[in-house]
Amino acid sequence: MSENLKVPTMASYLAEGKQPEVLFWVGCAGSFDDRAKKITKAFVKILNNTNVDFAVLGTEEGCTGDPAKRAGNEFLFQMQAMTNIEVLNGYEVKKIVTACPHCFNTIKNEYPSLGGNYEVVHHTQFLKQLLNEGRLKVEGGKFKGKRITYHDPCYLGRANGEYEAPRDLLRKLEVELVEMKSCKSKGLCCGAGGAQMFKDAEKGDKEVNIHRTEQAVDVKPDVIAAGCPFCNTMMTDGVKNKEKQDDIAVLDVVEMIANAEDL
Amino acid sequence: MLEYLPQILFLIVLVGAFLFFIKNVSSLKRNINLGKEIDRSDRKDQRLKKMLRVALGQSKMVARPIAGILHIIVYVGFVIINIEVLEIIIDGIAGTHRIFGFLGPVYDFLIGSFEILAFLVLASVIIFWIRRNMMNIKRFLSKELKGWPKNDANYILYFEVVLMVLFLTMNATDYQLQLLGASHYASEAGITGSFPISQYLLPLFDKMSVESLVIIERTAWWLHIVGILIFLNYLYYSKHLHILLAFPNVYFSKLDDLGKFKNLDAVTKEVKMMMDPDADPYAEPEGSDDDIPEKFGASDVQDLSWFQLLSAYTCTECGRCTSECPANQTGKKLSPRKIMMDTRDRLEEVGQKLNNKEEITADNQLLDNYISREELWACTTCNACVDACPIGIDPLSIIMDMRQYLVMEESAAPVELNNAMSNIENNSAPWPYNQQDRLDWAKEEA
Repeated sequence: MSENLKVPTMASYLAEGKQPEVLFWVGCAGSFDDRAKKITKAFVKILNNTNVDFAVLGTEEGCTGDPAKRAGNEFLFQMQAMTNIEVLNGYEVKKIVTACPHCFNTIKNEYPSLGGNYEVVHHTQFLKQLLNEGRLKVEGGKFKGKRITYHDPCYLGRANGEYEAPRDLLRKLEVELVEMKSCKSKGLCCGAGGAQMFKDAEKGDKEVNIHRTEQAVDVKPDVIAAGCPFCNTMMTDGVKNKEKQDDIAVLDVVEMIANAEDL
Repeated sequence: MLEYLPQILFLIVLVGAFLFFIKNVSSLKRNINLGKEIDRSDRKDQRLKKMLRVALGQSKMVARPIAGILHIIVYVGFVIINIEVLEIIIDGIAGTHRIFGFLGPVYDFLIGSFEILAFLVLASVIIFWIRRNMMNIKRFLSKELKGWPKNDANYILYFEVVLMVLFLTMNATDYQLQLLGASHYASEAGITGSFPISQYLLPLFDKMSVESLVIIERTAWWLHIVGILIFLNYLYYSKHLHILLAFPNVYFSKLDDLGKFKNLDAVTKEVKMMMDPDADPYAEPEGSDDDIPEKFGASDVQDLSWFQLLSAYTCTECGRCTSECPANQTGKKLSPRKIMMDTRDRLEEVGQKLNNKEEITADNQLLDNYISREELWACTTCNACVDACPIGIDPLSIIMDMRQYLVMEESAAPVELNNAMSNIENNSAPWPYNQQDRLDWAKEEA
């Protein structure tokens, strides 16, 4: 384990007879995807820095089943769900935070009727809570005055009605927040949801992520802020396609906070 | 006897129209009940409030202000002017003239406001026609609107124009007859009703004899009420059914977070048994055969829920869903509006077969014959269509049910998705990484 990241597991907590304040659900993208791992690490840095008592499942974590369910494979989804619920209930988990809106939605909305009842929050909501409790201090930093547009992930925004927590965090960074043509409840999908991430798109005039990136480029941002590892991938690809990667960065909200703090 | 002829004729027309309407309603009920059971009997208070806000209050219509405000005018006009229909029906049966006239100033106020609304409706409907036929608005140009749906929309607009013109003509000639002191029309108490709009039509009738005026007034009166009765019976064949069904559809619509998709109970039982280490793999399955669904997901309308079928009849084909759809915006075949229209068309076809006592076979069904696989797989499940619908329709739930059929009954997912799913099955991630490496990121350089 690297020197500056402390990532305890639920197994180690159990061995010590302790229960963490919150379980950090990393998710598949956050665990394996090179770009998403940076988001995971940025979040852990903040957790470490603010002395949040957390743990991860590590090798005991498995896909929530979201892509299987949205692809129509209810069997596979419920197999994944019940396996995870058995592990989570075994550790008597009460509160879960995740940086992936798909994991967030699935555990929050679809696990309860299968026996998994937890308080589930998205990492931007969690950071907002830390901020409100005075445990996290965010002020200006290197993004101060920069033009930022926030892309609403479907499964955080429309699917669960959370539009403000990520925007509140960005405002704390004293950025110039600009909205795209389609935002909040009218936010346009990045094109990855519903298991589209794992298949080729159907025939059309263009890719959804290009369409969304064009909306973002139109407002001439310095940074496209996202709150979902899949949106991040799609928007990053879109920006590259538009050859704007030197002018526009695609960052997760938590990376911006960690960077602003120079963590 | 002969003097009662108009009243007898009116009664026959009225009863005939209502009987035909009842027949339509019973077909509608039978077809909707072909759907599977779904429990929407919970949270009655919340449902009622949502219905009052969204259906009666039209809260989601104004998301598009021009169409929304015009629609509210037509809607308010429709609801309020129909109070007048009550008087027309009583006059028609009893042979009276403006039977509510005794209400005096209240009556004058009512008739006056009906007239103003009729004028506003007329203006709005003309703007609607221009928008639909001359302004190249994208959601009115889609492929699925060609033919009957486009004609249907225009017929309704023509209907409304004719009804409003007849209403104003009827009032204008009635007013003129009252001014001339014609028997049956004029009353000693003075003018019955107030005519803020139709008074401007008086010059048209200036030189006419009482006889001609009575003929025009009676003709307008008859065409107006017969027109309304025809309209009532046209609803069943039209997107205009929403004026009735929007209310129950919003009431029974989804109240949960949009991201919450239903879990299939039949699958839960099976998965629990598979995961139970004490389960006897050779045991007879518990419960009756009724517990086991004959098929997973939906390939035809009977596999959908009654709420989804109700929604198909409720859809107004406004296309707000389709214009918000990311797949549709980028030129894919998927159109959530088409999903609803196809469901209704197929349901009507099944209904016709039932009427003719024909067998319902799978060689013509919702999947493939109406909705293609390409459409189903283009959906990102983003819920933009569900959020956009002003009357609580959930096209995404139909797409999901049909995907379930494709994957669980036919194993017909796109090949890349099958790869992702076997990865999830084997190593608990959609990519081919080992579950044992899940925490490796923590060992890497931060």
